[in-house]
Amino acid sequence: MKRIGIDVGGTNTDAVLIDKTTVLGAVKSPTTSDVMSGVVNSIQRIVKEQGDARLDIDAVMIGTTHFTNAVVERARLDRVAAIRIALPASASLKPMVDWPADLRACVDPLTFMIEGGHEYDGRPLVPLDKNAIREAAAQIRDAGVTAVGITALFSPLTAECELEAAEIVASIVPDARITLSHRLGRIGLLERENVTLLNASLQSLGKATVAAFRDALKSVGIVAPFYLTQNDGTVVLAEVAAANPVYSFASGPTNSMRGAAFLSGRDEGMVIDVGGTTSDVGCLVNGFPREANNIVEVGGVRTLFRMPDLLPMALGGGTIIDPQTGKIGPRSVGYRITEKALVFGGDTLTTTDIAVAAGLVEIGDRDRVKHLDKSLVKQHLAGIHAMIEDGVDRMKTSAGDMPIIVVGGGAFLVPDRLAGVSEVIHVEHAGVANALGAAMAQVSGEVDQVFSGMTREAALASAQEIATRRAVEAGADVETINLVDAEDIPIAYLPGNARRVRARVVGTIGSPGMKLVA
Amino acid sequence: MIREFGADEIDPLAIGAWILGTGGGGSPYLAQLNLKQLYADGKTCRLIDPLALGDEDYVAVVSKMGAPLVGQERLVDPAHLARAVQVMEEYLGKRFSAIMSVEIGGGNALSPFLAGALLDLPVVDADAMGRAYPEAQMTSFAIGDLKMYPLSLVDCRDNEVVVARTPSWKWMERISRNVCTEVGSTSATCKAPRTGKEVKEWGVLHTVTQATSLGRAVLKARASHSDPIAAVLEHANGKIVFKGKVSDMDRRTTGGFLRGTATIDGLDTDRGSKLELAFQNEWAVGLKDGEAIVMTPDLICVLDTVSGEAIGTETLRYGQRVTVIALPAPEILLTPKGLDHVGPRAFGYDLDFKSVFAA
Repeated sequence: MKRIGIDVGGTNTDAVLIDKTTVLGAVKSPTTSDVMSGVVNSIQRIVKEQGDARLDIDAVMIGTTHFTNAVVERARLDRVAAIRIALPASASLKPMVDWPADLRACVDPLTFMIEGGHEYDGRPLVPLDKNAIREAAAQIRDAGVTAVGITALFSPLTAECELEAAEIVASIVPDARITLSHRLGRIGLLERENVTLLNASLQSLGKATVAAFRDALKSVGIVAPFYLTQNDGTVVLAEVAAANPVYSFASGPTNSMRGAAFLSGRDEGMVIDVGGTTSDVGCLVNGFPREANNIVEVGGVRTLFRMPDLLPMALGGGTIIDPQTGKIGPRSVGYRITEKALVFGGDTLTTTDIAVAAGLVEIGDRDRVKHLDKSLVKQHLAGIHAMIEDGVDRMKTSAGDMPIIVVGGGAFLVPDRLAGVSEVIHVEHAGVANALGAAMAQVSGEVDQVFSGMTREAALASAQEIATRRAVEAGADVETINLVDAEDIPIAYLPGNARRVRARVVGTIGSPGMKLVA
Repeated sequence: MIREFGADEIDPLAIGAWILGTGGGGSPYLAQLNLKQLYADGKTCRLIDPLALGDEDYVAVVSKMGAPLVGQERLVDPAHLARAVQVMEEYLGKRFSAIMSVEIGGGNALSPFLAGALLDLPVVDADAMGRAYPEAQMTSFAIGDLKMYPLSLVDCRDNEVVVARTPSWKWMERISRNVCTEVGSTSATCKAPRTGKEVKEWGVLHTVTQATSLGRAVLKARASHSDPIAAVLEHANGKIVFKGKVSDMDRRTTGGFLRGTATIDGLDTDRGSKLELAFQNEWAVGLKDGEAIVMTPDLICVLDTVSGEAIGTETLRYGQRVTVIALPAPEILLTPKGLDHVGPRAFGYDLDFKSVFAA
């Protein structure tokens, strides 16, 4: 089973070719402004490396920052129609109430507040006002808007109102692309609605991006199904991903952590990804990044995303060291390292210069750092190591020593011994861990719901069953499905032993019945 | 004395109220959004010093009641809080001259502002807890044996209920809680009205000002990149109880409350020690290596060690680096009668109250 994994980053587009678990090839190309030519370039290089034999590729996995960038730049977003079904509840805080004004202006929403929705226990709040939905749909059609986001009260528990409304809207606005909040979010009306509307605003871009990737792959002769990587370290078929661009927001760091798991063969442990400007420290649990539990802001919008729990540190290969005070960072020479760093003939002392002087790595011209005082080099190295140790300690969840896997272009900054660490694992191909993480990605299914009137065991079992069904729908082979995460929290002030259960399962990609037509 | 409450005081009030929530009380975020929107729409609030109230003035006591999780879907709406006050006025046949919060800790600190802005009633600079507690009998008014009825409760569907009379605060809690559950576990309530005399005698005074200036100290520390926890301690005469990292979080619901224990492994000067912090919606008792070192009614606050942000019992999780601090409790809670209502035994811990601040 041959797969290509591609990670489109801000600086580099990395590509790897793997056969089952063997890395056949890896290349790095600069990311191009049109993105696609960089992707085509990477694939062509990797194909060429394999000789002339026609490659039989089974799947292509792509990680991209396209969608996050659009939100951050307030560009390439659709005008959206926001339908909220919750009246007479939640009337005072309208959709997008807490969005930054420039972003709200950019998506220029048509807003409709309609009666309906459910209670936490499945009772209707009030009957759904279907006439109001019809009227809203007519206005949406007349305004020429096609991106529609529908959010109903407690829809993660009872999706009925959203489904009914979607059917009505689709019948009146034939080319509508409708995002339903219960498919994306958890309990938390505003945050779930925010994600829904962000997702709606990215519909055209999602469609165009996936079409462009398809063309890029076709131009290099690849007709295999392709997938986009998700925030949680799994993939979905590109055409499904096109409908849910928000799920690709944090795929970069997730992919490098998944790549670390693959390269080291470890499922548990810490991971440090050392880049040029920053490092991320995360934690692998069952081979997946531990998720952050709190509110995550994207482009200034509050969301409840499934995002990896990462500690960013201002430490990378290009981090500047003040020769006088010995202070490390937070500034970095970034991508200009090849002109600024001492070893490249520049005039700025960086962490890379210290590593070269200490003989940890061969980069640039070693003679240019010969003059550095040995005890000073030692002192700076100790400072770098102390920063790493502190970061690792902050992300650890128990007092015991844990192994740490090191990936990223600046991996040489991490020494073989660290306080609080049982083992430092340096791996081959550490520089393309993110593309490898993409190539190895699996399919997931998730549930986050309140269960009441049953035992804890029954609630957990139901949750796992729902998550499994969702994973299979997303393309997982049912035989390979594994529970990777289950958590339950009893709920205060609710009767009937109510508890909120989150569960997530993953499985390897089954033979996709939905092969994309090239 | 009565003055305008400025739009620039909303954020500080919310931050301070969340700290005084001692882990419970619900996040003020949605109330904060509502209040900012009311100000943006041209409404304003006035703050009145409780000492300026006339003895015969009638004061409305409003609060949002229900499960915090439900409150994340059915968002707090100023119109319903205002309606609860009107229902009470209609029932009593009297007009209120001011409005106040039952608890300054958490989202309810802002409830009287939301209703007051719509009804043009001044908000009293006082509450009935000086912090957050889960139940009606845990208020200073209950400690003062004041009348606990009537209570009005409304939901968003025009359900309007008046609990005319109950024999005790516990009965009031039980009946109103059941009505609240029936309408979907979220509602706006107007508690037993108070006279100006009662507020002056039994209220916890000037807590709005206290919360606002506490929040302002935190914002100032953040803006100048100085330690926000130090700012809280200095501003509120607090004490550090323990510093560490959360190593376990055990939650369960019994009797309608979120109960459980957070275990924190010591760092820095507390390295090698363990703090077990028990909670019942709010942080209740802290045992350091098995010995009770901090307990209700002293305010126990868990703050993010780096940002100084308060962390609630619903959101604390493994791995967070936290600093546990204590702030002094209002005097009324420290009286023998006060301790009967809110001391460790009121929460089922067989401990004699010993304050962190005792000499």
